[in-house]
Formats: sequence, C-alpha cells, structure tokens
Amino acid sequence: MSLDKDTVKKLAHLARLDLPDDELQHLAGELSHIMQFVEQLAEVPTDGVAPMASVAHMNLYRRPDEVTDGDYPDKVLANAPEAMDGFFLVPKVVE
Amino acid sequence: MSDLIKLSIAEAKARLDKKEISAVELTEAHLAAMEKARHLNAFVTETPELAIVRAKQADAAIGKGEAGALSGIPLGIKDLFCTEGVRTTASSKILGNFVPTYESTVSANLKKAGAVMLGKTSMDEFAMGSSNMTSAFGPVISPWKRKSNANIQLVPGGSSGGSAAAVSARLVMGATGTDTGGSIRQPAAFVGIVGLKPTYGRCSRWGTVAFASSLDQAGPMTRTVKDAAIMLGAMAGYDPKDSTSANIKVPDFAAAMTGDIRGLKIGIPKEYRPEGLSDEIAKLWDDGVEMLKAAGAIPVEISLPHTKYALATYYIVAPAECSSNLARYDGVRYGMRVEGKTLDELYAKTRAAGFGREVRRRILIGTYVLSAGYYDAYYTKAQKLRTLIAEDFAKAYEKVDVILTPTAPSAAFGLGETDEDPVTMWLNDVFTVPASMAGLPGISVPTGLSKEGLPLGLQLLAKPFDEETLVKVAGVLEDAAKFTALPTGVEI
Amino acid sequence: MGYIIQGETGDWELVIGLEVHAQVTSKSKLFSGAATEFGAEPNTQVSLVDAAMPGMLPVINAYCVEQAIRTGLGLKAQINKTSVFARKNYFYADLPQGYQISQFDQPIVGEGEVILDMPDGSTRKVGIERLHLEQDAGKSLHDQHPSKSFIDLNRAGVALMEIVSRPDIRSPEEAAAYVTKLRSILRYLGTCDGNMAEGSMRCDVNVSVRKANEPYRTRCEIKNVNSIRFLQQAIEYESRRQIDIYEEGGTIHQETRLFDANKGETRSMRSKEMAHDYRYFPDPDLLPLVLSDEEIEAIRASLPELPDEKKERFMRDYQLSSYDAGVLVADQPSAFFFESVAKGRDPKLSANWVMGDFFGALNRTGGSIENPPVSAANLGALIDLISDNTLSGRLAKEVFELMVETGKAPGDIVEEKGLRQVTDTGAIDAAIAEVLAANPDKVAEYRSGKDKLFGFFVGQVMKATGGKANPAMVNEILKKQLG
Repeated sequence: MSLDKDTVKKLAHLARLDLPDDELQHLAGELSHIMQFVEQLAEVPTDGVAPMASVAHMNLYRRPDEVTDGDYPDKVLANAPEAMDGFFLVPKVVE
Repeated sequence: MSDLIKLSIAEAKARLDKKEISAVELTEAHLAAMEKARHLNAFVTETPELAIVRAKQADAAIGKGEAGALSGIPLGIKDLFCTEGVRTTASSKILGNFVPTYESTVSANLKKAGAVMLGKTSMDEFAMGSSNMTSAFGPVISPWKRKSNANIQLVPGGSSGGSAAAVSARLVMGATGTDTGGSIRQPAAFVGIVGLKPTYGRCSRWGTVAFASSLDQAGPMTRTVKDAAIMLGAMAGYDPKDSTSANIKVPDFAAAMTGDIRGLKIGIPKEYRPEGLSDEIAKLWDDGVEMLKAAGAIPVEISLPHTKYALATYYIVAPAECSSNLARYDGVRYGMRVEGKTLDELYAKTRAAGFGREVRRRILIGTYVLSAGYYDAYYTKAQKLRTLIAEDFAKAYEKVDVILTPTAPSAAFGLGETDEDPVTMWLNDVFTVPASMAGLPGISVPTGLSKEGLPLGLQLLAKPFDEETLVKVAGVLEDAAKFTALPTGVEI
Repeated sequence: MGYIIQGETGDWELVIGLEVHAQVTSKSKLFSGAATEFGAEPNTQVSLVDAAMPGMLPVINAYCVEQAIRTGLGLKAQINKTSVFARKNYFYADLPQGYQISQFDQPIVGEGEVILDMPDGSTRKVGIERLHLEQDAGKSLHDQHPSKSFIDLNRAGVALMEIVSRPDIRSPEEAAAYVTKLRSILRYLGTCDGNMAEGSMRCDVNVSVRKANEPYRTRCEIKNVNSIRFLQQAIEYESRRQIDIYEEGGTIHQETRLFDANKGETRSMRSKEMAHDYRYFPDPDLLPLVLSDEEIEAIRASLPELPDEKKERFMRDYQLSSYDAGVLVADQPSAFFFESVAKGRDPKLSANWVMGDFFGALNRTGGSIENPPVSAANLGALIDLISDNTLSGRLAKEVFELMVETGKAPGDIVEEKGLRQVTDTGAIDAAIAEVLAANPDKVAEYRSGKDKLFGFFVGQVMKATGGKANPAMVNEILKKQLG
C-alpha cells in the first residue's frame, strides 16, 4: 500500500503532529516502504482464526466501589505547564 | 577501578551479609565508576546523593538483620520507570522536566527490597528502537570495542541500551529494562550480559511509561543468570492496580537453578535458521546445542511456521497501541509545551517538537493501521497472526520444555553504520519478537565472541510463567559457555 | 395518524433516535478510585489515572458493571456475557488520555425496549439498540478568562451508561415521553439519579426527516440537550430546518450541531468534522469482561417492581385509568406513597386526593415525597373520615389545608375545630325549617317553578350549619320540605 503526502498530512492531523511539507513528503516514502513490508501478512490464511484479545488469559479483575484515590490536587497540578486557581489552562476553545 | 564493581549481586550480597563490605562502600565504588564512564552517556539522570542515603539505610537494615533481597545493591533504573521525586524522561524531550509524584510498582518493589538506585538509565526514546541512538539525550556508547578498530563507537543495542551499557561497564550491578519486542534481550546480547524478559503479566506495568501495552514487560539485566533470578524475584508480583497483572505466586527463581537439566527437551526451531544467517551466529547456536546436550538435555527439532511473519505483526500491533498510548503527551498537564494560538496548534506544535523521528514514524503507522478502512486489513489481521504465532509455540511446547535460538542476527554495529531504512533496524529484533507476541518468557545469555571480539548471545524461551525452568537451563548454558570477556572500551 | 409536518412538497415524517448518557450512581469512578460527587473543588476528585499521568492503568469498578447489568435488565434487554472495552481516540482538552475508554462492537447490553406513556393514555414501544459503559470527560470552562479555557478533570472517568435507542421516535412529544420514561426507570433501579440540571443525564438527539415510506435520509446530531423542554424545541427547530432545505432543493450533510436555548435554534459546531476517525480498538490495558449467569440472575432477582409492571398492577388492583396509573407510577416514591394511602381504602378517592390536593400541596410548598407536607398515614386518615361521613368532601379540603399548615393529624383538627359533619337529621330539619321560615317569598317563587332557587336554599342551610351539614342529606330533606 502506497501512501501519498496528502494521506500522511491527514494522519499527522489525526495524531496532532505539525510537520513541515518536506517532512511529510519524506514520511510518505518511508511509510509506504514500511507498509510494503507489513503487507506480507495478507498472504497468510486466517479464516476462522480469532484475533488475540490478550496474551493474559484470565478474568478481568473488578475492584470494589470505594473511594480510595484522588483528593490531591497539588500532585495532579504539580507538573502542569500552566495552571491557575486549581485549573489546567489551555488556549481558549471556541465551540 | 575498585574490585568491588567486579562482584556479582550474589557475591556482593554474601559479603554485605558477612559485613565484609558496607553498602556505602559498594555504592561509592560504583558512583566513582559511573563518573569515569560518563563518555558512555548511559545515564540521563544521576542520583548520587539519593544513592548514599539509600546505601546508609541498607547498612542500617543489614545491621539489624533485616536485609531485603537486594539491600545495598547498586542498580540502574531505566528512565521508563516513574520514580517519585526524580525526573523521568523516557529519553524524550516531550516529558520536559516531568518529576513524578509517584513510584512505579517495579521500582518500588526494588526499593522495598533495599536496592540502591544510582540513576536513570538512557534508552531509545519511548522504548522504540534497537540501538539507543534515538534518545533525545544523545546515543549511548557501548563499552565494547572491535578488535580491528577501537575508534569506532558501537551501539549497545536497544531500547534498554543505557541499562545494558551500565551493567556491562560495571557502573551498576544490575539494571531494570523493559522488553516489548526484544529491548532487554537484544542489548544484553550486544554487550555480553544476561537479560531476562519475564512472561507477560509477571511484573506490574503500573507507573511504567506505556509503549505497547499488550507487549511491554519489565525485566532484570545483570551479569549472571543467578543475579537475574534474584532481581526478578524482587521485581515481580501481582499488582491489582494493573488489570493485566497475573495473580500468581512469585516462586524462588534462584532456588530453581539446580543445575540439573537431564532429560529436558530443548526445541530448535528450524525457521530461525533462514538463508543468510551469518556463519558466526549459526556456529554459536550449534555450540550452544552441544553444551546443553553435554549436560543431558535432548535437542528436538521443532517448527514455528509463522515465525517469518512475527516482525510484520509486531510492527502493526506495537505502533497501533503506541499511537494511542502516546496521545496523552500533549503539553497540557505535564511535560514540555510549545504555545499555540489554538488548542489544536498547541497539541500539534508540542508533539512535533517533543517527539523524535522514530516515535513520530511509529505514531503515524499506528494511526494508519487503525484508521477507518484499514483496521481489518492490518490491525485485525495482525491480531489473528498473533493467535497463530502463539499457537505455534503452544504446539511446540507439547514436545519440548524450552526453546534455544540466537538472540540477535549479528554482533553490535557501529553508530554510523546504519542505513536510512527503518526496516533494516527492525530486523535486529527478528529472533526476539515472536516470543513477545506470544507473551512468553525469554532470556539472553552471552556465550561467545564474534571474530571482532564482540559479545554474542543465545536466547532461551520457556512456557508461560515457567521462568524457573528458564533460569535453570540458562544457568547451565552460562556455566558451560564460561563467558568471561570484559568490555574493552572502559576501565574495569 | 402520526405526527406530520406539512411542507410545500408534501407531508414529512420525523425520524428521531436518542443517545442518552446517564451517569452511573456509584461512589467511585469507572476505572479509578476517585470520588464522583457533584460540585467539588476543581481537580480534587482526580486520581493519577484520571489525569492520565505516564504509566497509569485502568481497573474496572465492580459496582458500575452491576449497575449496567441492572439497567439492561430494567430495559428488558439482552445482557452480553462477554463484552470488550475499546478506546475511542481523539484529542480534546477535557480528555486527558487522548482517548475515551468506551465499548464499540461488543457492548455489555444489547437490544431491549422502552414503553412510552403518551399524554392521551396510549402507549408506544421504542426499541433500545444497546447500552454500553464508558468514561465521562472532564469539564472545560470557556468563560473564565479572555484567552484561556480552564480544565477541571473531576468528572473525567466517571462511569456513564450510553443508552442508544433505535430511530423509532416520531415526534417531539414521543421524544419527551421516552426521556421521561427512561429517567423514571433509571431512578426506580437506582442506577442513575436522572438529574438533567446537574448533568447526570444528557441527551444527544439524532434527527432526520422523510416522506412516508421512504428509506431513512441523512441525519444530524444535536449534542448535549439538557432538559426535556429544550429537547422538544430542538427537535421542532431542526426538523423544520431540514424540511426547509429539502423543499428548496438542497441536501442535508451529516453534521453535529448544538442547541442554542436562548435563540431556540440549532447551529453547526465549529470543530471540523474531518477530524473524527476514532480508530476504535480493544483497550490492551483491559481484558474482556466476562459475566456469569449467577451474577446476572442475582441482579435480576433483586430488581424492584418497575414502572410498567406497577402501572399494570395499579390499573388492575385499584381500577385506575391508564392515565392516572401512569401519573402515579412515574416516580417510585409517589407510587409508594399512593399505595400507603390506598391500602384498604377507596382507590379512586385515594388517587384523586394524591394526584389532586396532595400533589398540589407538594408543588406549592416545594416539598418532596421524602419529606411530604402531609404524611401518607395522615392523608389516609383524612380519607377514612370522608368515607365514614365524618367530613364532607368540601370540609375535608379545608381540613387538608390545615394539615398542610400545621402538620397535625386530621382527627385532631376535626376535634379542635369541631368540624364534624352534621348528619343528625334533627339538626338538619331544624336548620332547614329556620331557613324556609326566614325566606317565605323565595319558597313561594320556588314552588311556583323557579327551580334555580334550590341552590340558594342549600347555601343558606350550609351557612346556618357552619358548613358542616352533610350535603347529600341537606339535599334530600330540602327536596322533601320544599315539595
């Protein structure tokens, strides 16, 4: 499967990566090459094979409904690049 | 250099126990070595003051007869484990000066066992790589040099290259690594040490920066198999904060190393001997088989038919998971931030500036294979292949107890010797990736040297949660191989 | 004949589907141990997991799973014994992980149904497509600062049940009835408090229109409508908007819109639609959720009597009309209240008093069923006093008002005020004789044919007896006396 620059641009937007045009172009080549490499899987017959849910074969542990966490806003905000009055700050979003 | 740095963990424990040496002495000797070997760039953050504090605490505990499994043992902690109060970077710019307010379960377990952290070791950025060349803090240099040219800097392998180099250079007695596709085993082979990736679920992933959630596993990197067994015993254990953590007892792995492997069946997978496998590696492998035969084990040829698809499977599943796991690095709650006029601009500029090329590449691949229209053809297909790969192993394990393969297709390469093609780098993981896809435990043991005098390792794989048999056989292999070479690029 | 909007090119039918997000009643969050209470200081109910710190992992809350099963059973739906949590990947300030843990193609609950109680007493069935568990997002405040938005993650990670209806709804009234009924069921089950004002229940509505017998046309989604009144307005506006566009020859593109309550209009959301490829995949930090038959049956056995069953029983056992029964069971505490009052008493009388005077008093005093202005026991006692003729209906109303004011039992009030109904025929004879004697000319007028004057005599007798005479007896005796 070959990827063109536009496809890479869309992927970069989905992944929120602001990349310059020449980088996008270069990546188109690299990603195409990578996809060529992984295409080989198509040749393996897999009808009736279940996709692996997890290598961990056990029941999902469910914890009891107790308040055991939180109540430490200082820790939560400790590494915030920008915070005020207990809130994280980001550029204003207009909906 | 002090002789203290040449001890194994087991030897150091014995001396500490007998009060022949103190933990502070042991730590100071390693701190000195660490200082002298800065040119290896194995550490992102050194924590000497903290280390002395911990060493003193260890001495106090030992004095009271309350020594833990690793009291006073100087270790390196891969910078993927969040350490409370100590900067954690995942060798990336994007984490900025992030200082966790919490400790990962694995490093907390080691702390509880009395271990002394000397610093956070470097790695390929976000654990993605096989050379440690992608660290945002510069490549790690292997302590080994080629016989023919000591000027060429060699890679220690990756992603746990910093840990590998530090252990090999005797800057620490052991180090934690993580292994997703081979990131403990391959660097261990490149620098001539032991690297153990336990069964998926054996160690908790809580507090470990996630790369590929269904593959990541923490494990010990040490100079002997016994040391790895001791360290794994301290690291492992059920953690209810990790839903993929296995709720099973941690056995005494070291005690399992009885040295007796008579009658054990060793699987030799024919698919691991492809066209073009170097003679050196092929011979190493054959020699390994002979060593185990001499100890009474029985080699059995097995087939793991889907082996050749494992790498492609890995390079769909791992990027897919990482593209989602790395979405949280967005400049809002921690780490580096590049300002933007809008929220989206903030995200896009921060992430483009904060992530390196390999990481960006993998995020894009991951985004692609999960996107509408491609999910079935790639992601679902890869997960089906994963089932087939696991079934291959399960069938093989009906006939054999462990499997022996080379760890890496070559010895360590030079920093400047790689080509631009990302796929070429990925081929370094060809022998380690299949076991990762199946969640199996594996270990690399150094058993020989290349003609350039560089370490070569063999890999053993065992059944799920059978690390006991794994270390038992590995111990025998280690004894037979008698690998005693020391790295030539540092003063030891 | 269903709800139709008449356009220039013909009659249009509405096709409406509702996605309701109901916050699960639980102490802690779906995948973290932080608290869920409403109204806390910002970022105080946030664990490291909720803040998506590096290395954090989700662990599911057993009670939230129970609540989802309970709700599924209450919706008469299929419970899926194996379900899978999937990541829904997108970027937004209130989504710290950069993905929401939700469920995609294997939800915990499958198809079910809700029966709507329409205002005219009829019922309609609306299909439920599925119910799944997912994380709620945090809150962004956009009006605190000129150039910054403020992010509070207290709500991030709270358990939500997303309940998706089939597009079976055909009018704004049906949509209102659906949300009302759904809310009632959730409150009966105790799985969600249904408080739309606080945001514990939110609606997204999908609206499309079509001519009769056409296949479905493109729909638009209106997000986050937080009251039933706004829901109806939004549907009305949006359906007309779409019809206008079609009738002018235009097309409708699938898009997400917001309802502006001030203007009564829907408008397109600014965020670019291009963005939304959610790239769902099973969350590798979790395993599939596997339920046992035992746990499902245990929950089934613990279900309370639900509104539909209770309504049928009220109609059957208390001979109530569909409408009356519907009103009484809408709220479980009201239903309990009614039954306390009606037990062993005249059901119609009980229903009238509860639905009329009692609900009226409830509204007036701003009280709640849990803290009623008049207790069920006292209301029942009042009804007893009517049934045994101690009080006339009209007197009982006066007594009721005094009960609301003073909180006293009716018996006490009657004694204190001497309000016993006069049923002594002698006393009534005497009062009537007095009145007739005092109004001879009116008596004559009546006897000569002016029937309307009868009311005058009744009024006078009631006045003379201080309102306490039994009206039926007064009527009977007056008739006899007047001839």
